[in-house]
Amino acid sequence: MSNATLESGAAMAEGTARRGVEQLSMQQALNRALDEVLAANPKALVFGEDCGRLGGVFRITDGLQAKHGTGRVFDTPLAESGILGMSVGLAMAGFHPIPEVQFDGFAYPAVNQIVCQIARMNYRSRGTMPMPITLRVPSFGGIRAPEHHGESLEALFAHVPGLKVVSPSNPHEAYHLLKYAATRPDPVIFMEPKSRYWQKGEVDFDSPDPAGSPTGGSPTGAKVMRAGRHLTLVAWGAMVARCLQVAELAAEDGIDIEVLDLRWLKPIDEATLAASVRKTRRAVVVHEAPLTSGLGAEVAQLITQACFDTLKAPVERITGFDVPYPSGDLEDEYIPNIDRILFGIQRVLEYKRG
Amino acid sequence: MDTSPSPLNGNDAGHLSGPHAEPLTAEQLRELYSLMVAVRHLDTSAIAWQRQGLIPGYAPELGQEAAQVGSGYAVDTTRDFVFPTYREMGVARAMGVDMVAYMSTHKATWHGGLYNPIESRLAPIQAVVGGSVLHAVGWAHGQTLDQADGVAMTYFGDGASSQGDIHEAMNFAAVMKAPVVFFVQNNGWAISVPTERQVAGGSVAARAAGYGMPALRIDGNDVVAVAEATRRAFAHARAGNGPVLIEAMTYRRGPHSTSDDPGRYRSLNEERDDAGEDPLERFRKQLLADGIADDAFFAEALAAAKAEEDDIRAGIQALGSRPGTEMFDLVFQETTPALQAQAASWREESEHV
Repeated sequence: MSNATLESGAAMAEGTARRGVEQLSMQQALNRALDEVLAANPKALVFGEDCGRLGGVFRITDGLQAKHGTGRVFDTPLAESGILGMSVGLAMAGFHPIPEVQFDGFAYPAVNQIVCQIARMNYRSRGTMPMPITLRVPSFGGIRAPEHHGESLEALFAHVPGLKVVSPSNPHEAYHLLKYAATRPDPVIFMEPKSRYWQKGEVDFDSPDPAGSPTGGSPTGAKVMRAGRHLTLVAWGAMVARCLQVAELAAEDGIDIEVLDLRWLKPIDEATLAASVRKTRRAVVVHEAPLTSGLGAEVAQLITQACFDTLKAPVERITGFDVPYPSGDLEDEYIPNIDRILFGIQRVLEYKRG
Repeated sequence: MDTSPSPLNGNDAGHLSGPHAEPLTAEQLRELYSLMVAVRHLDTSAIAWQRQGLIPGYAPELGQEAAQVGSGYAVDTTRDFVFPTYREMGVARAMGVDMVAYMSTHKATWHGGLYNPIESRLAPIQAVVGGSVLHAVGWAHGQTLDQADGVAMTYFGDGASSQGDIHEAMNFAAVMKAPVVFFVQNNGWAISVPTERQVAGGSVAARAAGYGMPALRIDGNDVVAVAEATRRAFAHARAGNGPVLIEAMTYRRGPHSTSDDPGRYRSLNEERDDAGEDPLERFRKQLLADGIADDAFFAEALAAAKAEEDDIRAGIQALGSRPGTEMFDLVFQETTPALQAQAASWREESEHV
């Protein structure tokens, strides 16, 4: 496609020229989105540990400092509370900070600033000090990393009033969701599935969502990634790709599975969720985070509330366990695998009332 | 307690650079006194308001009037920005913030206060100990990026100096040469814990040396010393020389809050010995001795303070609750369907009570 070779960036006004489709890894797609956000908004700033010259340990910010300057893209001292606390002051001064914490587990030292300050400042200041902060967090497991490098924080942050939470599942979603999140006036926790950084996929630059979709073309809400009739698999982040694999396997046995990528974990798109399960009448939620008080419970309740009369079986949750995220040797035992998801599907399909 | 300005490891006041401010004029000295009287009167009145049931609680700053008024007076509200704790009424008053809007936080009307922080140049009232110090660093770095000349001043106490965020803030500010004035009110007590059980080495100012940051340890009960030190610190930071720390040695003469009982951790004799001379009385004597003000002026200042307190009290009494819809409307700039649904349900069900 000839458009694919066009230079990206805000120099090309959106909507005036078609930019077409490119094959990109999620790392490249995120990098492209940040580049375009920096070019379009002179108040956007990208910073964190090793985000400058190195381009981030995952290279998501690769080349951005050279292109946009050391004032716009910079390294901070190695202190997450400092990074997020500083973001608050920058937001008060009219900037749009896009900080990175290097790994999910490194967000814990910043929880005080995220929960007590970023999430509440718009409220505390009666709307006079919005917090347009997009916090990028390389998230979830699957890369055989050391301790505190494989955490799933979505339930923690989704529970905090004042925060929004989103997680992309593929390069196309990564590009559009990050561009969208980084132009919102509210704080967004952007959870990047680090195990998917190097997977390539098609990015359609011109169309975040298919034309005529319920979201009106903007990357809000949930998205049906595979239509099916018998059961809805609800997932986000890296689990979406796994659920799509499961759906293909199930199809061999004549089971037609719908895969719903929730995308936004707060706010959850209740309407799309309900529409899917009303159709299939069965649902399984899949996440890497521990079971108890995980987001699967919230999803299951939303489904129950909306679809109680038509549900054929209780909503099943296939999740990580209530254990600290294990060492690499055991992570395949921890993260929901294809077999566990298939067992969950089987339990729901075979459920008998009474 | 030695509260004299002390040189600290070569990073003392002598190393502050930037244009020197003119000495305070007689008119400015009288203004400082009037502000201190207004703050003293409002502060002691607020405790009475709490006892009378007008407000549910208050964090008095009795004894810290010189530190608060002197530092707040040095702020240029056309370009600087201040980050308070929950005990900065004197700073707010010296900066000209609407005091009904400020005191509304103590009436439990709205946590951050009802004043507009952007217009007032005062961030919302901060309940997290040390919580806003990093915000000052971010705001100040924004000035650098914008090539603007504003300075951020952030307040915290000897207790807050134990928080990790304080270290991160000072290190970030020094690394980035951010124009920040760290204003420490060392008032001797973090609720019930005295400074010697809180601050290793006994001085917050001494820590600045580790960050390569100049520090001033000043007599926080001398309003003129405070105002002049703060002006020098602002000039230093404004000139692009990076952050400065001021440790104003003072004494919390009252309780931590209207719920506190200092009798459980310090005796009246100890209070008398440690508090030193009342900063307001001390300044009055000095102005009298220097022939800058007379008894008629002092009487006038007190009358003005009483009239002001009457007005603020009336404003507080007249202050109704905020509409409950604000609970929902002010969470986000862009609300969510779930929040709208909760608001609708609250509205419907509260109408049937």
